[in-house]
Amino acid sequence: MLYREAGDFKASYVEDSQTFPIKFDRMGYYVTLAIAFGIIPFIINDYWANAVVVPFLIYAIASIGLNILTGYAGQVSLGTGGFMAVGAFACYKLMTAFPDINIIFLILISGGITAAVGMAFGLPSLRIKGFYLAVATLAAQFFLVWLFNKVPWFYNYSASGQISAPERTVFSIPVTGPHTEAWAKYLICLIFVFALAWIARNLTRGSTGRKWMAIRDMDIAAEIIGVNPLRAKLSAFAISSFFVGVAGALFFAVYLGAAEVGEAFGTQKSFLVLFMIIIGGLGSIFGSFAGAAFMVLLPVLLKNLLVGGLGWPTDLAANFEVLTVGALIIIFLIAEPHGIAQLWRTAKEKLRLWPFPH
Amino acid sequence: MSEQFYFALEVMMNGLMAGVMYSLVALGFVLIFKASGIFNYAQGVMALFAALTLVGIQKGEIPFAHVINATFGTNLSTFGWELPSIVAIVLTAAVMILMAVLIEKYVLKHLVNQEPIILFMATIGLAFFLEGLGDLMWGSEIKKLDVGLPQGISETIETVTNNWFGYGFFIDRLDIIAAVVAAILVTSLTLFSKYTKQGRALRAVADDHQAALSVGISLRFIWVLVWSIAGFVALVAGIMWGTKSGVQFSLSLIALKALPVLMLGGFTSIPGAIVGGLIIGVGEKLFEFLVGPMVGGATENWFAYVLALVFLVFRPQGLFGEKIIERV
Repeated sequence: MLYREAGDFKASYVEDSQTFPIKFDRMGYYVTLAIAFGIIPFIINDYWANAVVVPFLIYAIASIGLNILTGYAGQVSLGTGGFMAVGAFACYKLMTAFPDINIIFLILISGGITAAVGMAFGLPSLRIKGFYLAVATLAAQFFLVWLFNKVPWFYNYSASGQISAPERTVFSIPVTGPHTEAWAKYLICLIFVFALAWIARNLTRGSTGRKWMAIRDMDIAAEIIGVNPLRAKLSAFAISSFFVGVAGALFFAVYLGAAEVGEAFGTQKSFLVLFMIIIGGLGSIFGSFAGAAFMVLLPVLLKNLLVGGLGWPTDLAANFEVLTVGALIIIFLIAEPHGIAQLWRTAKEKLRLWPFPH
Repeated sequence: MSEQFYFALEVMMNGLMAGVMYSLVALGFVLIFKASGIFNYAQGVMALFAALTLVGIQKGEIPFAHVINATFGTNLSTFGWELPSIVAIVLTAAVMILMAVLIEKYVLKHLVNQEPIILFMATIGLAFFLEGLGDLMWGSEIKKLDVGLPQGISETIETVTNNWFGYGFFIDRLDIIAAVVAAILVTSLTLFSKYTKQGRALRAVADDHQAALSVGISLRFIWVLVWSIAGFVALVAGIMWGTKSGVQFSLSLIALKALPVLMLGGFTSIPGAIVGGLIIGVGEKLFEFLVGPMVGGATENWFAYVLALVFLVFRPQGLFGEKIIERV
């Protein structure tokens, strides 16, 4: 009864083309925001922040980024881990080189640097398509990780080859370093997630997003109707890499605090983010969130169930987790190739007709 | 000739041999890609799984022993027998065929007519599944695989080359065997696809699914066949790599090494897989030898990829691939 367009009159073009045309959705969105900004910061504790919420928010940014590239523009990338590493190392170098500049700007600049690197690796996409491109992006992954491992300048010649985030503050509240409170970590990630998701949603609704989707659906046809493939593909690579770079910077500076490149940003990370968008739904911002939540929660749940419930040792549980993830990917691709987002859309369609389906 | 030159030559020879090993894995990819248009990311993990199963069967280990022990508190480990290598290999081949049947039945059948990229992602899922399954079944510790293949320096070659050039070449006997096996595999596969009924059907399917169906070729049977052959190739690759460096997780990463080989050689060409493997093997060893020391080493991780990437920009279909023609 609540979920209707009926009775919600649109009196202007602005109202007519708003993101959430149905009142119930709009209210849901505001309520979610109110809870996220107004309630969770007061009740969050270290366990929840570190195990679930902060990784979820950061992965949500990364998967929105990858979704822009893969879901909207149709260019499959397996280099996400490498681009996150670019963001992390850019952030580290900037943090140590310019201690006085606010961390928020530094994170944004790291995103910009990643965007430049992403564009460089996106250039071959004009010639190479499909799996060839997917494999070519692996070149970025391996090359970047190797670069950050082998060139000491990137980790400031530290003996261990690790990078660790010094303490930086926003409004004199520490957001990086060992003295960060759980709610501060949460809030800074949340602000980035909110802003970037808003930008992504509106980009994909507008002409840029339509160009990306035209390229995805058929690039030759898109070119014929006047989409410039060079600009569309490179802008997708740039914006996607910007998001992924910001996610990498946050992942290193706020979440991990200290990172070793091969371990934190290896191929596993690329695949993890790819799985998030497959399970969540390709070409959907909501799907990016759903997929990130799913892939963050799954190991936590499995671990609690198998280690806590059945008493398995952790390495067996880890193997079982790998198996489950693999099986889930296949099940999702068979049952619902468009992921959780599609389930959500179907549910909403049902709701609109409920309780009188025809 | 200087010592340095011979050393470079030796590095090159070893690169060629390593290239043969890459080609073994790449071969499995090409087979599946040709017959079903699926880019099988799981090929490397299939090699790992085959090697794990081989070791497990050979040593008579009980599958899932760790899981059963952890859940029920029992203390199982082995059946207490050791099988001869050849029996174990035959049994493992049977397991790989069973796996092909199951994959066809539970995965591929349901994904007919999906876009290639969806199928590619499904094989990534399959790779994870098999990796987890292999570790759960046989345990994740590093295992030693020994099916009686000779290993170590080939003394004949060293003495002969020493007499000829005054410089003894170091070549692993296992590498020579791998080269011979690869040659036999390629020849027999070519003969099979040229001269047998199934082989012809296989080529028909590769050419056009619909047309093949309309003349009465069973797609499902062909898929099972192709995945079984790919499983067998994976088993061979698993034996070679497992003997060389132990059966462990990193074995599955050879798939990642085989990808640039494929890109270079073209996805649809068996000779391409071999030539691509040789180029990458030699290129990567020589690059590490010549440029590696200047940039800090370990260039083998990415050299193949960057080489393939640069190459593809100029020739998107690879060396021997069919020309990609796009129609609107």
